[in-house]
Amino acid sequence: MNAPAQNRILFENVSKFYGEVLGVNRVNLSLSAGVTSLVGPNGSGKTTLMNLMTGLIRPTNGAISVLGIAPSQPEKLARVLGYCTQFDSFPPGLTGREFIHDWLRLHGFNHQEAGRLTEDALARVELTEAADRKVAGYSKGMRQRIRLAQAISHHPTVLILDEPLNGLDPQARAASIALFEALGKEGMHVVISSHILHEVDRISDEVVLISSGYIVAEGKIPDVRTEVKEHPMQILVRCAQPELLASRVFAQNHAVEGKLQLDGKGILIRTTNADEFYSLLNRLIVEDGMQVEAVAPADDDVNSVYQYLIGSDGERI
Amino acid sequence: MSQVSNSSGLRTWITSQPWRLWGHQVMAVVQQELKRNLFTPRATWVYLLAFGPVVILAIDAMQGPGCLSCSLDEDTTVLAAIFQLYYLRLGIFFGVMGIFTWLFRGQIVQRTLHYSFLAPLRRELLIIGKFLAGALMATVLFGAGVLLSFSLVYWHFAARGYDYVFHGPGLEQLAAYLGITALACIGYGAIFLTLTIIFKNPVIPGIVMLGWETFSGVFPAMLQRLSVSFYLKHLCPVSAPADGILALLTVVTEPVAAWATVLGLLLLASVALAVACIRSRTLEISYSSEQ
Repeated sequence: MNAPAQNRILFENVSKFYGEVLGVNRVNLSLSAGVTSLVGPNGSGKTTLMNLMTGLIRPTNGAISVLGIAPSQPEKLARVLGYCTQFDSFPPGLTGREFIHDWLRLHGFNHQEAGRLTEDALARVELTEAADRKVAGYSKGMRQRIRLAQAISHHPTVLILDEPLNGLDPQARAASIALFEALGKEGMHVVISSHILHEVDRISDEVVLISSGYIVAEGKIPDVRTEVKEHPMQILVRCAQPELLASRVFAQNHAVEGKLQLDGKGILIRTTNADEFYSLLNRLIVEDGMQVEAVAPADDDVNSVYQYLIGSDGERI
Repeated sequence: MSQVSNSSGLRTWITSQPWRLWGHQVMAVVQQELKRNLFTPRATWVYLLAFGPVVILAIDAMQGPGCLSCSLDEDTTVLAAIFQLYYLRLGIFFGVMGIFTWLFRGQIVQRTLHYSFLAPLRRELLIIGKFLAGALMATVLFGAGVLLSFSLVYWHFAARGYDYVFHGPGLEQLAAYLGITALACIGYGAIFLTLTIIFKNPVIPGIVMLGWETFSGVFPAMLQRLSVSFYLKHLCPVSAPADGILALLTVVTEPVAAWATVLGLLLLASVALAVACIRSRTLEISYSSEQ
């Protein structure tokens, strides 16, 4: 295995069929450290991808490697990987503390070490006080958090999270997102699937768009957005003379649409060539002394990319 | 030269394996399985199977110790019949079937098997841990049932019973019954665990196995060796009288040395477990389709 493969999650021409039903088809992916969002409609193959990279299912074709380890070697892979699945089920009769502790004992940790790691994980998801209650009596959000605690309890370097924000109240959701962001910045590979696009968008370094078992796009969000040529880029400019900007922009052939802001201090431009637009804006600022308060892409996020490539009804466009 | 390098390679492989870690992991699996299965309401019917005859014998023993009209030889034969026709053919068979098929199916039904698969645990160790837990649970429950049945039968005879047990063949027979019970739990357990891993629904293969075990006495000698009952029948210390169809369950067709039967049964269980271990490497989690 070469050095880059030992730092990446790699899918090489991976297909998975459940009998005659397609799970994912001819997937090629290379995920680096940081937070990666897996985005797609229900049934698109997100969970299949996650189950494949964690070894819970095996590919029909192709090869997968997680930091240089094949998922067919759970004794090695599970030391570096934590997976918070969507299965909302627990071994019956266990308290939150026992649930994590028992699992850590399967790693081979002794009682003392397993106990210490359990307490660390419980504290990280703020469940220490409820740890001695039966998991069966937990709320949905608490069950989500105890699964997350288990997934991070052995300090993995790869964390796979399948819809980790489901069932969480806003406060717990914000805390979880902050935790994922912190883990990503610590150099971990954090792969998240979520329907709450605007929230994962804030913390994602890369995005993988999947639809009907096929990878639609992959990469850093601005790069993916740039590749979507059929949808002009939307750029919001807050400035003192939006009319002047509009007239100069429409003198060029890349501008498609301009919408003045209601307060008269900004304009939303749709352009097929963002680079040329930014050059023009620079000239206006430097040569004509235009006062610009702020410039920001308006559809350079996961949600917009999702809408453009997959569509609101989940059908690939 | 190549033999030397082969044996040195094997030695290197053996010494380089994390045996201590594996031991800890297997122990953790055994403890968790016992906690999950031994004291649960679901295990009630296994307790009933194990201790059903004990209740009947206890009622019989209430006639009071020292029954002069009772025959010790007759009750020894009755105990042999209870052991061979009930425990071996019914109680242990179905009890072990329930315990061992639930070790994996239970986790699939409860949708919790993925937790075991997401631990850094070789699948083979998971199989071995579950097998040991099941074998321990079954042996303890059915061993206790057999021990209590034996005690009640001879307690009934007071001094005569005491003499038979401690100054006669009683203790040897008890040891044989307990040994056979343990072997039955190991043999049937290994086969049921393997069937659970190979088949999504182990009930049908379980029924086929019941038929095979019942009628194996009329099969050719080679095929008889593929049944657990073949080995167990040879070890029974007292012949159980049976007429008609029941004779099929107790007949010993070909005499075999005790050491050979024990070895043969352990070999059969080992082969079954090896198949389970190999199959486990390719097991997938797919709860919706497996249920």
